[in-house]
Amino acid sequence: MSQKEAFDQFLKSLDEAVKEAKRAIKLPLIPDQKTGRLLWISNRELRLRYAISVDSNKKFYEALLDGKLLATKCPTCGALYFPPQDYCNRCKKQGLQWVELSGEGELLSYTKVVVKPYSFSHLEDYIVGIAKLKEGINILAWVSEKDVSKLKRGMKVNVRVKEREEEGYLVYEIVPAQD
Amino acid sequence: MRKVGIIGVGHSKFGVRSDLNMNELVLESFKPAMEEAGITNDDISFLYVSNVGFWSSEELPAISIAEYLGLTGKGAMRVEAACASGSAALKAAHDMISAGEADIVAAIGVEKMNESFTPSVVEIIGRAGNYLWEFENFGMTFPGYYAMYATAYMQHYGAREEDLGEIAIKNHHYGAKNPLAQFQKEITMEDYLNSKYVAWPIKLLDSTPISDGSSTVILASEDAIRKIGAKDVVWIKGIGYSSDTSNLSKRSDFLSLEAARRAAYLAYKKAGVDPEKVTSLIDVAEVHDCFTIAEILAYEDLGFFKRGEGFIAVREKQTYRGGKIPVNLSGGLKAKGHPLGATGLGMVVELTKQLRMKVEKSRQADIKNGWALAHNVGGTGHYAYVTLLSTQK
Repeated sequence: MSQKEAFDQFLKSLDEAVKEAKRAIKLPLIPDQKTGRLLWISNRELRLRYAISVDSNKKFYEALLDGKLLATKCPTCGALYFPPQDYCNRCKKQGLQWVELSGEGELLSYTKVVVKPYSFSHLEDYIVGIAKLKEGINILAWVSEKDVSKLKRGMKVNVRVKEREEEGYLVYEIVPAQD
Repeated sequence: MRKVGIIGVGHSKFGVRSDLNMNELVLESFKPAMEEAGITNDDISFLYVSNVGFWSSEELPAISIAEYLGLTGKGAMRVEAACASGSAALKAAHDMISAGEADIVAAIGVEKMNESFTPSVVEIIGRAGNYLWEFENFGMTFPGYYAMYATAYMQHYGAREEDLGEIAIKNHHYGAKNPLAQFQKEITMEDYLNSKYVAWPIKLLDSTPISDGSSTVILASEDAIRKIGAKDVVWIKGIGYSSDTSNLSKRSDFLSLEAARRAAYLAYKKAGVDPEKVTSLIDVAEVHDCFTIAEILAYEDLGFFKRGEGFIAVREKQTYRGGKIPVNLSGGLKAKGHPLGATGLGMVVELTKQLRMKVEKSRQADIKNGWALAHNVGGTGHYAYVTLLSTQK
């Protein structure tokens, strides 16, 4: 059973237990599975989805369509920003330039996420890494390799734009250089 | 700046506390703290409630708690610094008294993580980093973030999984002696090695559980302490603090929590402690072992052991009772449990009791100098607080 199926089955059984309690005692009260203590299971469920402004990073998203990865650069001090931001907090200036990143670098660290957040539980276990690019900035992303034993801190990697097929949108990923 | 002392402490049992609601859970630590302080609600000017929330139903916990305890009308606020919220509340309370704004203040930590079900809790805590750039597309989790440090540390210094396991074994060893701990059970290396990965190389037995709990610390000015005639006062000698980037990708080498290092050295400076001699001064420490790797990093960030030697220290049992510096004789977050908002103040409660030599004999540190240290980290090194306590004013 996948993690999502297990979670969904649990939530469904909870729902049924509450319905049963309402039928039997006219109240949404059930005993805690672990302790047997009486719980009120809330009838109000919260659905939450964010609408985050990325208008200042429009160029970053447009470049993904062309397979390019961009960062911002301060024209005064040369500081690079990834994630891109239109504010150099050293020079206190806005109006930063867009520059394309080489994607070439080395792997700083990585992990394989096994226990996943509910909103990722429909996916297979994934490896997340942090790559240090030759330009001096780091990028966190999924690693294309599925076997952790084939990875090593310090190995050469490339960061490239890729469509995440399972979810149908563009992201970027870390690919070991020998691939 | 006025001196600030601790006059009363309380600590609930940590664990799955579906027997109590949030207000009742606070009472379990608030009542003994108030009785020990020998004061009434009238004496309190302000309550700082450390609570991360989101998984629990009350959106204004400080207000709900004040109503239940009969503190309505007092100044109140919730304090959030992720897993370091408790230390942030302690600092806010300390500063208010130190500045002369109030004489007696309550710092109350509480978390009811089990008011939500595990899938939601994993989801919420995974978002405790940078939402858009590290969670939304890449599904990072809390153990996943610390695993970045574990992988880097292990490969850089040649530490093994067994070395992380030694931390879990030590903390369960002491947790087994602490009646307030969530897990009062020893574990073996076999148990550890057989436990499943949650975020490779971090296993379930490297990780803190999902916990409910509360802790209360009552702080007072020197004048108030004299007036009340409070006994066994433990003094706050210095609180160091720092922060680090939201995006983990902006960190440098993943071999140290830089915010914790900065917080430690600031605390040492404030308390006039020589960082080179810290292990000979401090009798006992509580450090933030949300994952076993975090305790190893803490040893090094606090200057207890050299960089890259933290894992050797636990191999040599130098952080057990009677060792160079005993760490987490409460069981730590690993075995005592980690109800986020209650954790930092829980450390201060434990250390106050340790300094008064009032914990269970089998886990009581040898108190020679009367100094203790609490190291409390929020998120993945996003927030850091280090507090120095002493029986000497």
